Amino acid sequence: MTTTLPDTATDLFAHALRYENRADPYPYYTRMLRQPVTCMDDGTWLVSGHREISQLLHDPRISADRLNPDAPKPAARSLLVLDPPRHDQLRRLVTQEFIPRIMGMRDHLDTLVARLLDAHRSDRPGQWDVVADLAYPLPVTVICELLGVPREDEAVFGSLARRLTRGLDPIDTQTEDELRELQQAREELVQYLEGLIARRRAAPGDDLLSGLMFGTDPAGGMGPVDLRVTLGLLLIAGHETTVNLIANGTLALLRHPDALARLRTDPDLATPLVEEVLRYDPPVQMSGRSTLADIDIAGTTIPRGARVRLMLAAGNRDPRRFPDPDRFVPDRPDNTHLGFGGGLHYCIGATLARAEAQIALTALARRLESPRLLADPPPYRENAILRGPEQLPVSFERLGPGERTA
Amino acid sequence: MTAAGAPGPAGAGRIVVVGASLAGLRAAEALRDEGFTGELSLIGDEPHEPYDRPPLSKAVLSGRLTTDRITLPRVRNIDARWLLGTAATGLDIPGRQVVLADGRRVDFDRLLIATGTRARPWPAAAGGGLAGVHTLRGRDDADRLRAALATGPRRVLVIGGGFTGGEVASGCRELGLEVTVVQRGAAPLASALGGVLGRAAADWHRAAGVDLRLNTTVRALDGDAHGRLRRARLSDGTVVDAEVAVVATGAPANTEWLTGSGLAADHRGVACDSSCRALGTDGATVEGVFVAGDIARWPHPLFPGQLLRLDHWDNAVAQARTAAHNMAHARLDHRVHQPLPAFWSNQFGVNLKSVGLPHLADQVAVTQGALDERRFVAAYGLRGRLVAAVAVDSPRVLDGYAALIEARAPFPPVLNAPDGPAQLQPVDAEFTRPTGYAPDGAHDHDTRTPAAAVSTPMAHP
Repeated sequence: MTTTLPDTATDLFAHALRYENRADPYPYYTRMLRQPVTCMDDGTWLVSGHREISQLLHDPRISADRLNPDAPKPAARSLLVLDPPRHDQLRRLVTQEFIPRIMGMRDHLDTLVARLLDAHRSDRPGQWDVVADLAYPLPVTVICELLGVPREDEAVFGSLARRLTRGLDPIDTQTEDELRELQQAREELVQYLEGLIARRRAAPGDDLLSGLMFGTDPAGGMGPVDLRVTLGLLLIAGHETTVNLIANGTLALLRHPDALARLRTDPDLATPLVEEVLRYDPPVQMSGRSTLADIDIAGTTIPRGARVRLMLAAGNRDPRRFPDPDRFVPDRPDNTHLGFGGGLHYCIGATLARAEAQIALTALARRLESPRLLADPPPYRENAILRGPEQLPVSFERLGPGERTA
Repeated sequence: MTAAGAPGPAGAGRIVVVGASLAGLRAAEALRDEGFTGELSLIGDEPHEPYDRPPLSKAVLSGRLTTDRITLPRVRNIDARWLLGTAATGLDIPGRQVVLADGRRVDFDRLLIATGTRARPWPAAAGGGLAGVHTLRGRDDADRLRAALATGPRRVLVIGGGFTGGEVASGCRELGLEVTVVQRGAAPLASALGGVLGRAAADWHRAAGVDLRLNTTVRALDGDAHGRLRRARLSDGTVVDAEVAVVATGAPANTEWLTGSGLAADHRGVACDSSCRALGTDGATVEGVFVAGDIARWPHPLFPGQLLRLDHWDNAVAQARTAAHNMAHARLDHRVHQPLPAFWSNQFGVNLKSVGLPHLADQVAVTQGALDERRFVAAYGLRGRLVAAVAVDSPRVLDGYAALIEARAPFPPVLNAPDGPAQLQPVDAEFTRPTGYAPDGAHDHDTRTPAAAVSTPMAHP
């Protein structure tokens, strides 16, 4: 198989992005690791080594600006692509509102998961789609509750998020039609969010949106544009990442029945297991940055002003960091994966995503009897960066009742 | 070599760890991880199980945590013999024995010295014996100080403006107590971080309502007829009324028990090589004797020409692991202990993190944020090389600076950080290299060499 792999960084990257390789881009990543830092034909630097990615994520000479010529004007950028000090101000406002709201949420997550599974309870053999019936609705409900999106809007909101996610992929992998559709989705989202903001301003609640709007941070609250952009970011991040974490985790469990059997009897395994999913098959495959100064790294120099692609999923398979990197080890020790990124832009929702995945996977392991994948590999979504299955159809002998633990 | 002096095969024999705190416990656990299956003994002078010290000057002082909640978590079962509440008083290297205070002798094939440091007491002749005069190093100290603060003293005097002093002062202000800090140097933290950051630290002391006395020393502490602290007489002729004093003037190493052992040990610590092997007074390594934690002085390849001693939490853990690995392996497989020094401190609502060795620097430059915003990063340079960085309320950027320090990046570094100044402006780092802190006229034991001893007691990463 390896003999068919291309050799240059440019070709490896292009192949890894191709839809036909969506189910398993990992051989291309492994090949990339031969050169942990290298320049592609278009001048973008490709970084695949764990150590090198880690270093750049923390490097003060790195900017989150992707130098994307198509990016919105600076005033309308989200904190995802902003640098300090503006990034820090916005992030502080978000964390102040976000973290207190997710603390003590596990019981609620338990209830939500139980409710989703109860809806398909069956004493007879049957089948269901893990994505549509659990992995997707769980984080969507949670993020909508957090943000204060009315339940009746979830469908509108959710479809917008799905359509927008594709916009994160490299622009040259998208068709004219897709780009047009994307623009349309962006406009609809702006419209929706502005409507939502206006409604909240008139009738504030105790949700995160109201908190951001009327927050009492001494540094000041969020202006209307920041509010809309931040809301859009939280919406997409909340919709389109955890769904893949839960789906990828389920897939890994179904492909490793021994791990599934262990999780069924040992709920403590959920913690390291979710970390291993974040390493082995991360929902966010790569991230982008640019350089503010020349950076000497791995025997080469990335010049100032260069675009950089950090291949998080490749770094997670770096044999110099992880012994036996292509093996799924549910209790892998010393697992400092790059699944949540790192440094200044480390995932704000990491705690929530972990809790959702731990609870969802544990409930699946306990309640699904003799689950079997109906399609392996399952069909994947188009998205290359926020990558995951479109559907995950699974058959089972029985979907049992949950003994409520909490 | 005699039979008694011959270490057994690496995985077997008798290992004794003297010092049952962070470094000792983590070393014992690492020894088992490394496959050591022989007899393992831990000797500690305190009666308590190993506990975590950083909270003592932070959460314990302010009442958010009690000392029964700070026991160190055990990483694994170590199957060891615990000799707690018994200090080691002597070491017989040729006879391969540790002598205990109660006269017992404990045999070893290999030995780990991890007895750490202690708070320097206030001299008895200058009022050190008065009730109300405290130091803060162990959990008993913390309980006593906490009880004293709970009685609502009208003023607390903190002697010494280092990290411990700052954390104690901060905790007392949180409790609503009036605080005077007396600092010999021109600014708090100045001996560890220099005058430039020291002035920023002085600002946050004062903004919190601390009565800060700089370039000042305490001449003597005076008590009443019952032997209770009443006031301090300062070098500027003023008098401060206080019922509680906390002495935070540095930490000498617990090496008295090694006197006459032939090891290169003094109040600064025990010298060892980069593999944690103890050195004798002749400079040669001593077979089978290792050193880890606050007590160790060792050469760091990034900072040549000196022995480092670090009172840092993460150094204790890392050095314990390296020492344990080396004790369990033959010489060829030894590892070198060379982590980048790092520590943190929380005081006055400010989180401060440091990597590298700021005190070596001749210059400092603010690279991100601004000093007066209480959010900034300062880079430290020595002769054109980056040697340290200190981040105040910006903890997540520091790993990037650590990589630059390890790569021996130039100073001032070329960063172009978007929240940095358009042009970096390196200035004198303003280290005054004090010779230690002692009451006037007391020519005591403190001959700490600042270039080699980074003394930031109780400040940890």
